[in-house]
Amino acid sequence: MPLRHPGRWVATAVVLVLVAMLVHDILTNPGFGWGVVGSYFFAPPIVSGVEKTLELTVLAMVAGVVLGVIFAVMRLSPNPILSGAAWTYIWFFRGTPVYVQLVFWYAISALQPTISLGIPFGPEFVHMSANSLITPMVAALLGLGLNEGAYYAEIVRAGIISVDHGQFEAAQSLGMRRAQLMRRIVLPQAMRVIVPPTGNETISMLKTTSLAVVVTYPELFFQTTNIIARTYQAIPLYINACFWYLLMTTVLTIGQYYIERYYARGSSYALPLTPIQRIRRNLTTLRRIPLSASTPGRP
Amino acid sequence: MDGPMVRAEAVHKRYALLEVLKGITLEVAPREVMCLLGPSGSGKSTFLRCINHLEKINSGRLYVDGSLVGYEERSGRLHELPDREVCRRRTEIGMVFQRFNLFPHMTALENVVEAPVLVKKEPKAVVMTRARALLDRVGLSSKVDAYPNQLSGGQQQRVAIARALAMQPKLMLFDEPTSALDPELVGEVLDVIRALAEEGMTMIVVTHEIGFAREVGDTLVFMDEGVVVEAGVPREVIANPREERTRAFLSKVL
Repeated sequence: MPLRHPGRWVATAVVLVLVAMLVHDILTNPGFGWGVVGSYFFAPPIVSGVEKTLELTVLAMVAGVVLGVIFAVMRLSPNPILSGAAWTYIWFFRGTPVYVQLVFWYAISALQPTISLGIPFGPEFVHMSANSLITPMVAALLGLGLNEGAYYAEIVRAGIISVDHGQFEAAQSLGMRRAQLMRRIVLPQAMRVIVPPTGNETISMLKTTSLAVVVTYPELFFQTTNIIARTYQAIPLYINACFWYLLMTTVLTIGQYYIERYYARGSSYALPLTPIQRIRRNLTTLRRIPLSASTPGRP
Repeated sequence: MDGPMVRAEAVHKRYALLEVLKGITLEVAPREVMCLLGPSGSGKSTFLRCINHLEKINSGRLYVDGSLVGYEERSGRLHELPDREVCRRRTEIGMVFQRFNLFPHMTALENVVEAPVLVKKEPKAVVMTRARALLDRVGLSSKVDAYPNQLSGGQQQRVAIARALAMQPKLMLFDEPTSALDPELVGEVLDVIRALAEEGMTMIVVTHEIGFAREVGDTLVFMDEGVVVEAGVPREVIANPREERTRAFLSKVL
C-alpha cells in the first residue's frame, strides 16, 4: 500500500473552497464590471496609452543603461574627479524619491525660466524658454532616465567587479587601452551578472512609468484616470490597466529568459532546453518511439 | 638589435610596507631564453610583471629593447609615459599567465584574432590567416571554434601562447605557464615553448620545471627574497650551485 497523506486531502479541500468563493465573487459581483473592462480593453485612448507607456519604458531604460554604464566605468576610474562625480550622481538620484524628481523636472521652469546654450558667463547662441523645452515627455524621460541611471550604474559596477582580475591583466598585456578592454573583454563578461537585474529593472520601469501621470504624460495610467474622471467606472478601468501591465510584463519576462541564455555562452557546458525546444523534442520522441518505451533524457 | 633585449638596473618594487624586489640587476640578450627560478614570494612574478609595466617600479631602471619601461628620460628626469604609449609598448611584449586567462566569451580563434585587429588595427583577413596558422602550430587546428571551457588546461595554455604570438612580439614572458596544469598536460605546453626557443624567440620563463630550465634555458637566474642569488648556465648552476640558498632550494625541488 502506498503511503497515505490525509493532510493533503484536507489542504486541497480548504484551497478549493477558497478558490471557489473567490471565483464566485469575481463572476457575480457587479462591482467588477467585466463588461466595462471588455469594452475598454481596446478603446483608442487605452491603446494609445499602452503605446506611450512602452515608448517611455524603452526610452527611459535606454537612457538609464547608457548613463549607468558611463557612471559605472567612471566610478571605477583611477581618476578621483571622475569617480567622485559618479559617486555624487548616484548618491543624489538614488537618495531622493523618483516621484519628487519627476515633479521637480516638470516645475523646472519656475527655477530656471530660460535655458540657453553658449559660453559660460559669456555670449549665448541658443536661447529658449524652459516651458517649451521641457515637455511632459522630456520631463518624464529626465526624471525616470536619470533615476534609473543611478540604480543601473550600481548594477553595472557589480558586473564589472565580478569579472576575474586575470581578464584585465591579459587584456592589458595585449596592449588594450581601458576603453577597449571594457568594451570588448570586461563588459561582455559582466553581462552575465548584469542581464538578470536588467530584466527586473525593465519590468519595474514599465510600472514606474505610471508615475509620469504627475507630469501629464499621456501613458496608460494617465489615460485610465482620465476615463475614470469622465465615467466614474474606477474599478473596471483599474482592472483593465492591470491586465495591460500584466500582459506587457509577461512579454518582457519571456524576452529576458532568451537574452539570459544568449549571455550564458561559454560559461556553462550545456544550456537547459528552451520550452519550445522541449516541446519539439518531446514531439519527435513521441513519433519515433512507442509511448511505453519513451524515457526522459537526452536523445 | 645589438644591445640587450631586457636590462634591469637595481630595480626596486614595494607594496606598502613589503619590499618585493630589492635591487634586481640582470640582462637578457636577444634570442636568449632566461629561466627564473625561486621559492614562492621571491619576486619572480613581480619582476616579470614590471617588464610590461603591469606593475610600476619604485626605483632603478628597467629597459626593454633600449627604451625605459613606462617612463621617458628627459634632461635627466623621469617622466611617466602617457597611457597610449605604455599600451603601444605592451603590444611588443607577449605574456602568458599561470591561470591562462583566456577570454571565456570568445572561441579559441576569436581569442587569438582579437588584439591584433582591435589594438594594432591589422586587417581582419590577414590576422585570421595568421591566427589559424598559429593555432595549427600549437597543435590545435581542430579546436579553433571551441570555447575555453571546452578545452583542457594544456589546450587553453597553448591557445594563450598563440594569442600572445599573434601580436608578433619581440619578447615573450611566461609566468609559471605549467603550474596550474595536471602533470600529464605539462609536456604539451613545454614542447610549444621549446619549439619557440628553437626559433630564436627571446623569452623569460618563470618556472619550477628544473628539467625544462636545464634543457631549454640559456641562463638560469635563482631569486630569493627579492634579490638575484645566483645566475649562470643552467647545467652548471643546477649541478654545482655556489650559494647555500640555491643548494637548499634545489635539494627540495629536484
